[in-house]
Amino acid sequence: MLAVDGISVRFGGITALDGVGFTVEPGTAVGLIGPNGAGKTTLFNCLTRRCTPDAGTVRFEGEDLLALPPHAVAGRGIARTFQNLGLFPRLTVRENVMVGAHSRGRTGHLAAALRLPRVRREERELREQADDLLRRLGLADVADHPASGLPFGTLKRVELARALAVRPRLLLLDEPVNGLSHGEVDQFADLVRSVRQDFDLTLVVVEHHMGFVMGLCDKVVCLDFGRKIAEGSPEEIQRDASVIEAYLGVAA
Amino acid sequence: MSTIIATLGTGRARRLRAALTVLLAAAVAVGAPFYFAPFQVFQLTMVLLYAVALAGLNLLVGFGGQISLGHGAFFAAGAYTAAVMLDRYDTGHLATLPVAAAGCFLLGLGFGVPALRLRGLYLALVTLAFAVFLPPLLKRLEPVTGGSMGLTVDKLQPPAWSGLAEDQWLYLVVLAVTAVALLLARNLLRSRVGRALLAVRDNESAAEVMGVRLSLHKTLAFAWSAMFAGVAGCLYTWVIGFVSPDSFSFVLSITLLAGLVVGGLASLYGPLLGAAFVMYVPSVSQDVSEAAPGVVFGLLIITVMFVAPTGLAGLPGRVRAAVARRLPRRAPTSARTPEAESAPDGEPEPDAESGPESLAESGPGGDPESLAESAPDAEESAAASAPDVSPKSPAASDPSATDTPADLAVADAEPVGAPPRTEKE
Repeated sequence: MLAVDGISVRFGGITALDGVGFTVEPGTAVGLIGPNGAGKTTLFNCLTRRCTPDAGTVRFEGEDLLALPPHAVAGRGIARTFQNLGLFPRLTVRENVMVGAHSRGRTGHLAAALRLPRVRREERELREQADDLLRRLGLADVADHPASGLPFGTLKRVELARALAVRPRLLLLDEPVNGLSHGEVDQFADLVRSVRQDFDLTLVVVEHHMGFVMGLCDKVVCLDFGRKIAEGSPEEIQRDASVIEAYLGVAA
Repeated sequence: MSTIIATLGTGRARRLRAALTVLLAAAVAVGAPFYFAPFQVFQLTMVLLYAVALAGLNLLVGFGGQISLGHGAFFAAGAYTAAVMLDRYDTGHLATLPVAAAGCFLLGLGFGVPALRLRGLYLALVTLAFAVFLPPLLKRLEPVTGGSMGLTVDKLQPPAWSGLAEDQWLYLVVLAVTAVALLLARNLLRSRVGRALLAVRDNESAAEVMGVRLSLHKTLAFAWSAMFAGVAGCLYTWVIGFVSPDSFSFVLSITLLAGLVVGGLASLYGPLLGAAFVMYVPSVSQDVSEAAPGVVFGLLIITVMFVAPTGLAGLPGRVRAAVARRLPRRAPTSARTPEAESAPDGEPEPDAESGPESLAESGPGGDPESLAESAPDAEESAAASAPDVSPKSPAASDPSATDTPADLAVADAEPVGAPPRTEKE
């Protein structure tokens, strides 16, 4: 489904990614792990066209993703969440989710200003879809609340709801349980598992919480200093010497 | 009690109330010219036409998160388009409106392109440059624009069948155009396009990831905004019957921006309040001190910003929140415990707070804020008489104002800290 091949990104003198490649099969969940600064988020940014790699290719269902303009990625069925929340703080929770459906809407500026009947219809549909998603994720009570000022755990779910509103086939989660409490992590893991099933999603997850990654993912890719140092099933990764070295260092 | 709240909170009741508010406001607005003296009617006309310009500026600054110190120039472009058409080509007044609108739309589209690359102070500077260089340009183009002497053209005359005086007719025409303009702006904002614009304002990169085409929406926001300013300028020519370069110095641009901020950014009726400020405060300060009206004007702006940092439109909401803080949880009739009250994410108690809201939602297309705000041509008095138009507290309905929304407002005021459960777990 997704094929990343030989991606390199350099910021000035720093090589953030150095020839990283891996594939994601449809329906699987792939975990991206690695110490801070390993290049995981940069890789995500390449996948969503937030940054352009200096070398390498990214193909999504055979299409060259790097040839697309950034705003067209959502329309291809790729959604993501952000490491430190990328919500729209002054919009309500429902509006946030409705922005997620932007790429599926058709209303243009002129039609919107005149509020043609089809605009009303589309608004009603998007609104109903958003409310369905909010109910599904237990957010119906805060639908009219502005996104700022809600508890962090709730906002993480709002962001997930917004990403699901894109109707993605590939969902990229950037540290989804970062900053959540112990109990919330388990809840969120259950939630991700169930929406993955219901919405038939393929997942790529960046996360430091090993329990979350190992419990959710079918395959794990480990990065260190911009290079892929290991790839395999969660069990293989947990035993991999280079992964342990990258995380814990080696005895002198 | 709760049944009353529930009944009044339903979509139909809300809609009825909103419709009544609109009707009342419309009646007041249409009746005004028959009540006031001609000079006051003229002032009200000016308020309305400034409101169109401010509504345009609001699209760009309040909702779009961009900035323009050059809207006086778009205003001037609209005014001169109308004046030149009337003076040289003797077209009717009505023909000038679409031309001014279209011309300024294109001009705004042109300015939207640099706006893609510049932001904040840099964009402010570029637009200010436009506002500064336009008056001298108008003076140089003497054959067309009449140079520094300006152009004197006919005002819009009332048709014989109406039996109205000139000021009354002008007022009603401007009122109609203003109503249409505010309605267009509101429609725009309540759609996918408006949400995209707000999303770009709040978080550009997240908006782009969600599929929002930044360049398209930002340029078009600029174009719409300029178009509204141009329409206001065209109305200005109809009403005043005279344009000169000195009427549109860059001070006008800054006054417009100040008026918008005072009235309330990103508020649907803020432009009306701001327009009243732009129109009346300079003359009031002239009365207070003939020697230094600017000082009084400036002090008034400072005062308003100190008392109402979110603008005059945000004042009712702030007052309500402050009152709610003063009267803390003094509702012994309700059976709720303080812990339950302070849980804004509403897991344990769906009864009181979310009850009326969700009922209101269940009405077809019942969008509480937008319905309540659907009084585009409301006079400022009408706006003030509908205290629940603040978009921050959609659940606040009049009869429950003593009890339920207070809790909501408290929850708003202390956002994250409220539920100890979720934090400490």
